[in-house]
Amino acid sequence: MASEWIRVCAADEIEPDDLRRFDHGDRTFVVYRTAEDEYFATDGLCTHEKVHLADGFVIGNVIECPKHNGCFDFRTGAATRRPAREPLRTWPVKVEEGQVFVQIG
Amino acid sequence: MTRPMYRNYALDGPENQRALERKLANAQWYTCPISRKRLKELMQRRDGPAIRDTLIWFGLLALTGTLGYLAWGTWWAVPCFAAYGVLYGSTSDSRWHECGHGTAFKTPWMNEVVYQIASFMVVRAPIPWRWSHARHHTDTIIVGRDPEIAVPRPPNVLMMILNFVHLKSTPTDLGRMLRHCFGRMTAAERDYIPAGEEKTIFWTSRIHIAIYLAVIGWSVAIRSILPLMYVGLPALYGSWLMVVFGLTQHAGLAEDVLDHRLNCRTVHICLANRFLYWNMNYHVEHHMFPSVPYHALPALHEELKADMPPAYPSLWAAYREIIPTVLRQMKDPAYFVRRPIPSHPRPGLEAASAVLSSA
Ligand code: FES
Repeated sequence: MASEWIRVCAADEIEPDDLRRFDHGDRTFVVYRTAEDEYFATDGLCTHEKVHLADGFVIGNVIECPKHNGCFDFRTGAATRRPAREPLRTWPVKVEEGQVFVQIG
Repeated sequence: MTRPMYRNYALDGPENQRALERKLANAQWYTCPISRKRLKELMQRRDGPAIRDTLIWFGLLALTGTLGYLAWGTWWAVPCFAAYGVLYGSTSDSRWHECGHGTAFKTPWMNEVVYQIASFMVVRAPIPWRWSHARHHTDTIIVGRDPEIAVPRPPNVLMMILNFVHLKSTPTDLGRMLRHCFGRMTAAERDYIPAGEEKTIFWTSRIHIAIYLAVIGWSVAIRSILPLMYVGLPALYGSWLMVVFGLTQHAGLAEDVLDHRLNCRTVHICLANRFLYWNMNYHVEHHMFPSVPYHALPALHEELKADMPPAYPSLWAAYREIIPTVLRQMKDPAYFVRRPIPSHPRPGLEAASAVLSSA
């Protein structure tokens, strides 16, 4: 499937140190905004038991899963705390004219 | 007369598949309405409360342990070791629990250090129990799935009584650790522990068992039980308070439901007990929102209580329900306590997470 840039929302719709869930087709993603106003995107489901990470919370550069407190570095997708072990898939993000876009392959 | 219902609680038994077929495994659970903003405030991590509590805990262990040493050979040693034992064998359970969730401290390594120490004290293999507890949260009191159902029906009351000094749990856990020492795991463990963890599990159990053997050897060498009074035995003689607290969590409540208000209890207890138990008396709240650290659970309780069954006003109130229920379940295993849940949650709160969709 060809990669395409998909508009998610206005950049200021996401609070610093927070996230937004974004569904596209039958897939679900999470877009993060750091305290330094950087944006990142990952798959939306925890690799442990497929729970929506959008119900979790951002702690620095980490998303903590709401179910078992497994953690991922959302910049790289690396699992940093068990029971999360498999990395999360990450996706390119850009902000243009105040809008957040995610490139989904 | 209908035959009493006996269920198979084994994780490698037929109820596991049945739970999967009934869509009870890894299911969506009810959550009370609370704004994401407020939940975010409550889940904020801090090191301060857990550092304070850990220093007090280790300080009390040192104090009661020293007094016990000085009083050894007199009757004064009895209250000293009674207190030391509870701090060692019961309080370690709540520290194990909170640090296992990674929420007690803000700093990850602090959670890990206290988790490892508390796991040793409470005689639990740290990695298997981490996975077991994750499953307990995924499938709370789902028969055939939850490895931590403390009171399967019909209850074995003799075993429950023996377990007030951990004569059921500790031999089971020591047996598992011995099996790990020889590179073996049970079928139930393989159901909830993913492949790849074995090496660390086996080596951790070998270290724990080696420490116990060293302390036993020391006791034999000096012909005194004193070293074992500090390490090992307190997990038996001091575990009773952990059981008193722990049974209130789920005993006698519903099985196979997807609403923590129906299978967990929140019980009000005094400040000293909340220190020893690290607020796990707010058990419905903890299961519903495990990201919220122990020190914020009283505030979470205030947020959710309008959509909760009434909390039990005391341990006594909880046991006035638990004891007759357990006794009745011996004859009637299908019986359980039905918790009253409010029919209308508070209106007007935004959902926990907003969803954006592409056009
Ligand atoms: S579902 Fe995310 S850590 Fe378990």
